[in-house]
This record gives sequence, C-alpha cells and structure tokens, in this order.
Amino acid sequence: MRNALLSLALTFLTLATLAAAGFEVEERHWIGPQDGTPLRIISTTDTAILAPLIESFLQKHPGTAVDYTVANSSEVMKAVLKGEEQFDVALSSAMDLQTKLANDGFTRPHQSAFTALIPDWGKWRDHVFAFSLEPASVVVSAAGFRGRDIPRTRQDLIALMRAEPERFLGKVGTYDVALSGLGYLFATQDARTSETYWRLMEVTGSLEPVLYCCSASMIEDIAVGEILIAYNVLGSYARARQDLKDKIIVIDPEDYTHLMMRSAVLLSGGGQPDLAQRFVDHLAYAAWSQPPGAEYPFHPPSAEFIGAANSKRLIQLGPGLLVYQDAEKRRRFMAEWFNAIRKQ
Amino acid sequence: MSATVNVSGSIRRRLLLQLMGSAALLAALLFLAVLGFVRNVAEESHDRILLASATSILESVSVQSGEITADIPYAALSMLGNVSDDRVFYQIATPAGVLTGYADLPVAGPPVQPGQPLFQTARYKAESIRSVTLFRRLSVEGAPVAVQVSVAQTRSGQAALLAQLSWSALYLGVGFFVLASGLAFWSTQSSITPLRSLTEAISRRGPKDLRPVSRPVPSEMSPLVSSLNSFISRLQTSLARSEDFIAEAAHRVRTPLATVRAQAEVTLMRIENENKRTSLREMIRAIDESSRAAGQLLDHAMVSFRTDSLELEDVNLTELARDLAERLQPVAELKDMSLHFEGQETIRLPGDGILLQNAVRNILDNAIKYSGRDSEVWIRAVCRGGCACIEIEDQAGGFKCEDTEALTRRFVRGANARNTTGSGLGLTIAREVAEAHGGKLIIENSQTGTGACVTLCFPLH
Repeated sequence: MRNALLSLALTFLTLATLAAAGFEVEERHWIGPQDGTPLRIISTTDTAILAPLIESFLQKHPGTAVDYTVANSSEVMKAVLKGEEQFDVALSSAMDLQTKLANDGFTRPHQSAFTALIPDWGKWRDHVFAFSLEPASVVVSAAGFRGRDIPRTRQDLIALMRAEPERFLGKVGTYDVALSGLGYLFATQDARTSETYWRLMEVTGSLEPVLYCCSASMIEDIAVGEILIAYNVLGSYARARQDLKDKIIVIDPEDYTHLMMRSAVLLSGGGQPDLAQRFVDHLAYAAWSQPPGAEYPFHPPSAEFIGAANSKRLIQLGPGLLVYQDAEKRRRFMAEWFNAIRKQ
Repeated sequence: MSATVNVSGSIRRRLLLQLMGSAALLAALLFLAVLGFVRNVAEESHDRILLASATSILESVSVQSGEITADIPYAALSMLGNVSDDRVFYQIATPAGVLTGYADLPVAGPPVQPGQPLFQTARYKAESIRSVTLFRRLSVEGAPVAVQVSVAQTRSGQAALLAQLSWSALYLGVGFFVLASGLAFWSTQSSITPLRSLTEAISRRGPKDLRPVSRPVPSEMSPLVSSLNSFISRLQTSLARSEDFIAEAAHRVRTPLATVRAQAEVTLMRIENENKRTSLREMIRAIDESSRAAGQLLDHAMVSFRTDSLELEDVNLTELARDLAERLQPVAELKDMSLHFEGQETIRLPGDGILLQNAVRNILDNAIKYSGRDSEVWIRAVCRGGCACIEIEDQAGGFKCEDTEALTRRFVRGANARNTTGSGLGLTIAREVAEAHGGKLIIENSQTGTGACVTLCFPLH
C-alpha cells in the first residue's frame, strides 16, 4: 500500500533540469502533492531509505511536498557552495563537510525540544544534527570465504592479502577518496587513528584494488563475487540488505571501528526555514526518541552506541574535522593515499 | 509628667543606612572587580589556546623540494573545539599569497617580530572573532621567506561563559550585600544596647530615687551620663529645698497666727466695749481665714509636690474615711451637727495615703463649714461600678445653678461662701488628688435636694 502511494507520488525530473544545477545529481524526486509547498532537501542518502520518514513528515504537514535531490557528498558540498539552487536542508554522511558548512556560515542554528533529545556528541553548535550512527565495516564475500577464517582485524586482512596475493589480485575494493566525501572521511580518520591503515593501503595498493564511489556498489559487487573484500563499507547499508544476507559477511573490525554520524544542517539560503526546522525536529525525534519511530530506517543510534565494544570509535563532530578539509592537507593526503593505493 | 520629646531621626536607623550604603557600594565594587577579573581571565585563556593552535600550525609549515607546504595537525583545530562550540578560521600565508585556509580572513596589521604573537578582535562572516597571528622565517632555496599563520575563533562561547560568570559575580555581590546588611543590623542593634539599658534602668526607678547613675557606660556616653547625674543632683537639691520650705513655711506661718489668735481671744474676754469686741471678733475671723488659707496653700503645695512623684502604697480607703470621720467628730459636735460614717466592706486601692486623706478632709471640712446647726453630714465609703468611691453628702443647700466644674478651679468659691472662711483651694486639692490617682471628682446636688454630694471616685483595676 505504501509502495503504491510512493510510486504514485514520485516523479522523476528530466535530466535537463539536473544538468542545469551545476553539480552532479544522482536522482531527484518530488514527494507529496504536486501543488504542495516544497521543502528542498539535498542528501547523500538514497530516496528509498528515507522515503518512510519523509512520508510520515508529509502526513503531519499536509499541503507540503518534499523536493528530494540525491548527490554524493562532494557534490552536496559543491551544490551548497555554488548556491545556484537554494536548498532548505542538507543531509550528509560526510561529517567533515557538514561541519565545514556550519563553520563557514552556510547554515542556520536551531534549538527545540526535539533537538534536545540529541546527545551533546550528536550535535555541533546547534547547527549540525546527527540522526544516525553507522559503522565503517569490512564486507567480505560469503562464497569467497567459505571454509576459511574470517578476518577480524586489519592485521588479519594484511596477513591474509600478503599470504595469497594472487587470490586477491583485483578482488579488493574500497572507496575512491577523490570521489566520495564519506570515503575521504573514513580514510582520514583511519590515518589519524592507526599506522596500520597505511600498511593496509600499501598491501591493498599492490593488489590492483577497485575503487568505488559508494557503499551500495561495493556491496553489490561483493554479492556477485566481483570482489572478495570491501574495506570501509557502511555497515548499516550492508546489514540492511536482507536479500544478500547469505552472500555477504559484514565485519566490524575488532582493532577499531569508526562510527560515522549521518547529519542534517539547515541551509541559510533556504526559502522554507520553518518547514526545514520541523523536518529536522522530525528526524531528531525519529532517531533519538526511545524507542525510535517505526519509520526510522537505521539501527537505533543510542542502542548502537550503548552496545558498542571498546573498539567502536565515534568520529567527533567539531573543528578538528576541518583539518582534513584544508586544501593543503587534502592535497598532501590525496597524494600520499594514491601513492599507496596505485603502487604497481 | 510626660512631656512630648522632640524626636529627630534615629541613631540606629542612620547607622544602619550608612552601613548598608557602604555595603552596597562595596558589593558593587566587588561585582565590578570580579567581573573585570573573570573577563580578563576568560580572554587570556582564549588567547592562550589560540596561540597554542597557531603555534602548532606554524610548526607544521615546512619546505619540501623548494615548496612551502603545511600539514595542519588534527589537534591544532580540535583543541579549539574542546573549549567551546565556536567557529574556527585560519590562514597560512607567505608574501607570495595565501597558501591555504580562509583567504579573506582579516589578519592583524603590521608584521611583528618572529615568535611574537599579535592578537586582535575583528569581525568576520558576520561575527566577532578573536585572532592571533604568528610569523616565522623559513629558508626557501637560500632566500628567507616569512610565513604567517593566523588562527581565529568566534566568541559566542566566550560570551556565554562571561554571561554565566557575570551572574555568578552578581550573586556574589548580592550575597555580600545581604550578609553585610545582616551584620550591619546586628552591629547597630548591639551598639545602641548600652543606651537602651541605661534608659531602662532610669525609667525603672521609683519617683523618689534620685541617686546618680553609677552603672558602667561606654566612654561615648559618659558626658551624657555625667550631665544627667549633675542634673539629678540639682533636681534633688531643689526638691529638698521646696520640701523644707513647705515644712518651714507651715511652721512659721501657723505658729505665730495661733499665738496672735490666742492673744485676741484673751483680749476679747477682757474687753467689754461692744465696738471693740466687734473689731476683735473681726480680727479673729481674719486670723482664722489667713490661717486656713495658709494651711490650704501649703496643703496644695504639698499635694502638687506629691502628685508629681506619686508613690503608691496599699491604702485602706474605708479605714481612712472612718478615721477622718472620727477625727472631725468634735468639730461637728461644736456646731451641733451629726457626722455619720457609712461603710461596710473594706476597700483597698493603691494610692498615696497622705494625699487621699488630705483630699477627703478638705471635702469634709467644706461640708462641715457650710452646714448649718443641727444639720447632718454623711461620709460613705462604697464600691460602685468598678470604682472605689468616697461620698460626702451634706444639707447645706447645695450648689445653685453654678458651674460645678468651675468650683474646682483655684480660688473659686461658691455663692454661699461669703460668710465663711476659706481660700477656694479645697475642691482643687481634692480634684488634683483624684486625677493623680486616675480617678475623678464628681460634684452634684444630693438626691434629696437639701445639700451637695461630692464624690471621689477611683477606678479599681
């Protein structure tokens, strides 16, 4: 019933309008009545995942519609910085980019009873509001590892790949840090946390790795056996794929697993500030109320964190995240990273 | 004798107001001092952390293959996040241009010595920022290049902290004021305690107690107490003198008059010439009048003196009236009058026995004096309507449409008094005694209409 409603409500816009935006759009949907007041959201999260949350929001606010644009995190940043099209809310998994938006004055502050539900570590300056907590996991092919030991740590992965280079040649995947803001966030946090990361990248680089733009395609390729190991995949996406349950194994490395927060910011250029605030309230309530709303698509963030072993490391919101957004730092990191990963 | 005191201000109130005013002033100064101090501390600590951040960024600037490059440490910016949730900006620049960071960040003015930080407050991206700029010289291919690092942070966290500290400072100031006021109240209270206890000691004294004040007093009060003591001693002397004078006068006036009267009586018996006898009788009558007037004037002086400092003792009013009736019985019998005493119950009241006796005697004297032969006089001691009363009723014709109130004035005499010796002070004395005891004198005609009825009434408490 809900799918029927959704498909009725969804309207694909033409690629012509997408090109005019000046940034790369993956998909764009109009959800809700055609003549409704539009809340313009730009997001890195696939429409299908957030659709139930958006629908419940629209039910609470009749006469409104959501203009939902999906782009990867770098493009989200680009869209906001260029400002050619005004959005009300930006949802992104790239915490550093969201922090930079808030720091550089592209966002509005917001405080309400709902944002008060968010723990202090889940918001920054009342500008950035987390609404999920998702691990950076390792996903391996179930078929490829049948009858073998599953790697539990990065050391295991290094040992495994060193032991059988011919088996993993061209069969290891990870984010392309140049393409994906989330991939860059995970890579920089890894580099900050442990020297093991660079050894892992060195080994990976010697195996002609496949570089991806997004977690979803890495998961797909693992499932079909295109690659055997995918490093730094969103564990939440992988676990959500119930259809691939038997084909993939999701591992949260035991040495350390970074927890990323998907977050929302209210963009200062938006034309519907009140509606945008109510949407953020809706997200905050769905994510942080106990228990979270039925339409909430992720693993409950508080439970995730409470149940976390010592190996879980929350990526802290704050100005520290700006460091890797520094042009010089980024240039150096990219150079080093590609130097490691493209070693032939 | 309670004259109204001319009161102007209060030492305690003035002291309290002055102390509280000082406390308020000090509290305000304390508030401002603490506020200035915390503002300094907050700014200084903010500057310090900015400097630490800038220093660590400057350390990370290096020359690699002839190029200046920077590798900003994670901690350099994250340490600023630990202080407050403020926005952070930075810039690394060389004379050739901005290397990285926020190119439009306002940077502190003229270059300073390497290693010397330059702090400034400016506006950037619609907010007030605090920034620090540091310089360092690097050598690029043998040529010195000045690298300049600026780190800035918005100040809303600092402002929030300051607001919070201001409240604390305000609470401190108010607390200080309240405490100081309490202490001021206590100290003013205790500083006037000696004054109050002296007052109590003096008001507690009996009317005859005219001893000098000997209790220890604070030095500030000693001039007052010594003046008071000298005043008391003068009063005592003056009182003693009046008392002596009254006694002396009574003696000196009465005795010669009595002698003269006796001589006149003797002469009267010897002389037969009717004209001379008449003159002598006139003389005796004049002597009587003078003697009585002198007696009453002295009585009145004595009454005034005693009522000023009334000493109360337990007086049996019934006994007093009966005594007087017995004492005046012979005088009454001389005029063939009968004097009746009526009084069953014993009536007691606090009063001055001598004064009461004097008052009753004056009324009784009047009654006997104005009554004709064979008439009757009643003296009654009764309790009536919560009052102890002594009633003296005669058959001397009563008061004829006169203002009975006027009779109690000094030297005012009734219409029928022309042929009788008297001074017109008797009822005045009676009234003054009644009033000194909180009672009153009632003058009316008796119910039978044949005479007067004069009543002394004292309320029984």
